[in-house]
Amino acid sequence: MTDTQQTTPQATTQTATFRVWRGDAKGGAFKDYSTETSPGMVVLDAIHQIQADQANDLAVRWNCKAGKCGSCSAEINGKPKLMCMTRLSDLPLEAPVTVEPMRAFPSIKDLVTDVSWNYRVKEKITQFTPRPPDAPDGTWRIQQSDVDRVQEFRKCIECFLCQDVCHVLREHHEEASFIGPRFFVYTAALEMHPLDVADRIPALKRDYGIGFCNITKCCTTVCPESITITDNAIIPLKERVVDEFYDPLGKLVKLFSRAKRG
Amino acid sequence: MAEFETVHHDVLVVGAGGAGLRAAIAAAAAGVSVGLVCKSLLGKAHTVMAEGGVAAAMGNVDDRDDWKVHFADTMRGGQYINNWRMAELHAKEAPARVRELEAWGALFDRTPDGRILQRNFGGHRYPRLAHVGDRTGLEMIRTLQDHGIHQGIDVHMEWTVLTLLSDGERVAGALAYDRERGRFRLFAAGAVVLATGGIGRAYRITSNSWEYTGDGQSLAYHAGAVLQDMEFVQFHPTGMVWPPSVRGILVTEGVRGEGGVLTNREGRRFMFDDIPENYRSQTAADADEGWRYTQGDKNARRPPELLTRDHVARCITREVREGRGSPHGGVYLDIAWIKERLPNAAEHIKKKLPSMYHQFKQLADIDITAEPMEVGPTTHYIMGGIRVDGDTQMSSVPGLFAAGECAAGLHGANRLGGNSLSDLLVFGQRAGTYAAEFAKGHPAATPDVNQASAAAQKALEPFSRTTGEGPYQIQQSLQGTMQELVGIVRREDEMTKALHEISALSARASHVAVSGNREYNPGWHTALDLGNLLTVAEAITRSAIERRESRGGHFRDDFPGKDTNFASFNITVRQGADGRMELNREAIRPMPDALKQVIAEGG
Repeated sequence: MTDTQQTTPQATTQTATFRVWRGDAKGGAFKDYSTETSPGMVVLDAIHQIQADQANDLAVRWNCKAGKCGSCSAEINGKPKLMCMTRLSDLPLEAPVTVEPMRAFPSIKDLVTDVSWNYRVKEKITQFTPRPPDAPDGTWRIQQSDVDRVQEFRKCIECFLCQDVCHVLREHHEEASFIGPRFFVYTAALEMHPLDVADRIPALKRDYGIGFCNITKCCTTVCPESITITDNAIIPLKERVVDEFYDPLGKLVKLFSRAKRG
Repeated sequence: MAEFETVHHDVLVVGAGGAGLRAAIAAAAAGVSVGLVCKSLLGKAHTVMAEGGVAAAMGNVDDRDDWKVHFADTMRGGQYINNWRMAELHAKEAPARVRELEAWGALFDRTPDGRILQRNFGGHRYPRLAHVGDRTGLEMIRTLQDHGIHQGIDVHMEWTVLTLLSDGERVAGALAYDRERGRFRLFAAGAVVLATGGIGRAYRITSNSWEYTGDGQSLAYHAGAVLQDMEFVQFHPTGMVWPPSVRGILVTEGVRGEGGVLTNREGRRFMFDDIPENYRSQTAADADEGWRYTQGDKNARRPPELLTRDHVARCITREVREGRGSPHGGVYLDIAWIKERLPNAAEHIKKKLPSMYHQFKQLADIDITAEPMEVGPTTHYIMGGIRVDGDTQMSSVPGLFAAGECAAGLHGANRLGGNSLSDLLVFGQRAGTYAAEFAKGHPAATPDVNQASAAAQKALEPFSRTTGEGPYQIQQSLQGTMQELVGIVRREDEMTKALHEISALSARASHVAVSGNREYNPGWHTALDLGNLLTVAEAITRSAIERRESRGGHFRDDFPGKDTNFASFNITVRQGADGRMELNREAIRPMPDALKQVIAEGG
């Protein structure tokens, strides 16, 4: 493969313009910066270059630069993305690339937003509650297939792009009564965890606001981890809520099986 | 004298990666009030990047494994200058710490009988790493985070500690600033646990993020604590090398654990050409035996790609220097070849190494199931750090504890892959427990407000300079110096030159100017990080000059052999009375006969 090393289609260096939102909670505006691009470059590289050379105080969050920590979420040319995983070669560089903060969250400064609401929401969700250990040494026996079933949900890197794009939060600001796609995924991971015995179904209906979701799948579209949020997390949870509250026959069956389990 | 908003905690934990979270959970469990300060948002620390797994001798896959083998492997990997007490405690306690994570909701991959699956990794004799695909670090940090938020811990996100505060001899808290607003706050504490991670940002090519600026090491040093083993920096053999923007990003050792091989541009599997004597009896004789090992054949020995990281990194450097590298200055790491051995190889690779598949596909246009990756060494980890007591993790400063990467001792001259995540758990738990005990057993301390005022004033100085250099240029210069002159292959003349450059950079840093205001200002934050980076860079360089031999992660071109005279002590660094850095040789305590026996029996 020595000679088949791939390079990006763009030329080795070229100048591109980035239209970056600068401002804070009081307001702000886009400002244009031109910077050199190089092969393989991602939007975060360009922002760092601008920060180092032209705007030392340009605020941006980042950590791993490899799509694993979920810190550098932003809206690039209007689309919610991780800056570290957005290659310049995938963007039209003839026009300025707009980079702005996630708009569903309050602004702190430039590309940095106040995402603390998400951390408060998580604390409200009933925590992991395991069944008693299976073996005398205090360990459990779990099948790989049961581990695999929830892997998709546990991949979540908490970038909050799904929260950013969700209409219920972005347009309707139902933060007080709706936990958003990220936390439906979190709840699904707990509900489908092979060891967990807590019941979050009543809370899903009453406190987490799952009924607000009208399945437009925007969250699924923007997830950088390709979690099928709507189909695999939200809809099954909606079904559980329906079974619990609106299906009398199912309710009887469940009562019976619970009695047996207990 | 400035007035500071003051918050009181019995135990203040600095850093919220695996070690900090585990320490905070342990301290909270001991019934004291706990504050957790972290530079980023919760759950974003570098632990999230750990891929391969957490080492614990549970013996689920190979029942010949036990703490003794793990202890012996750790000591051999560390070239016997480890703190043997830490290596012993680590090997004994890691299994319980891993099982505890499962009780808190972590889900690891399973054996056919439903127990935690363990995988092979470099330097570990038996399959020992509990893992979930190649995203074990995410599983671990998320589990600790999701458990931790229900333990009554006060989390202060996006705060950076500027200085530790003392009350006479003991530590009494810290002064920190809020990254978002730029306000100062005084954290008064009965005990402080440093869990701030590494120093990777002192180098140009690194797998570490902006956070790893040696804060804990530098804070402890300036508070009077002793650092040790600072010459031992781990260059992970496999970082990405192309395209330029991803250079340094980690490629997990798990790729080699799953059968990946290293080849040069001639297609030769060069790792077979140089097998160290002390590992020869444990290493596969040929490619076939190596492959069988990766597939779980208990009678096979491990392939040379799974030798310790220091050795693999040096072999790669040699291939590149001698002109046998890949087009972008690395070598090839090939997992795609296993299609010759396995049906459904592509699916198998995607299942075992999903993040790697994703990372190369998205960032480098490489499909790792079909073609080799290009890889080269990247600054990954520092074995050295704050010198601590093996049992309690307390430093030489009363009330000041350290755990995880910023502490020294467990790994000696070289860390085995997988021993970091277990380190965080075992010693995070110990540091938190003993810090709580210390806080309970001592009267409340009163932090020295004058120290806080002086630190606050100094922190604001860059705003008052109208002329002066920006911080980024100085940081980049320092990274270049360390990369070129104190890297994988070291020489006295180059390191002496590095010391001069560090000193010149310190002078430049004292005139650094920043623009803008105090609200979320990365220029200002970078300016403040410079002091820590320069301190650890100097400590690394001075220690590396002092160790006139080659051992583990420290390789001297001018002293290429191992010297037994250097096996009996650790090099330590502390701030002298005149403010200058002072080096010492600290004799290693003799190992108890029982542990010597474990090593003699071959573990």
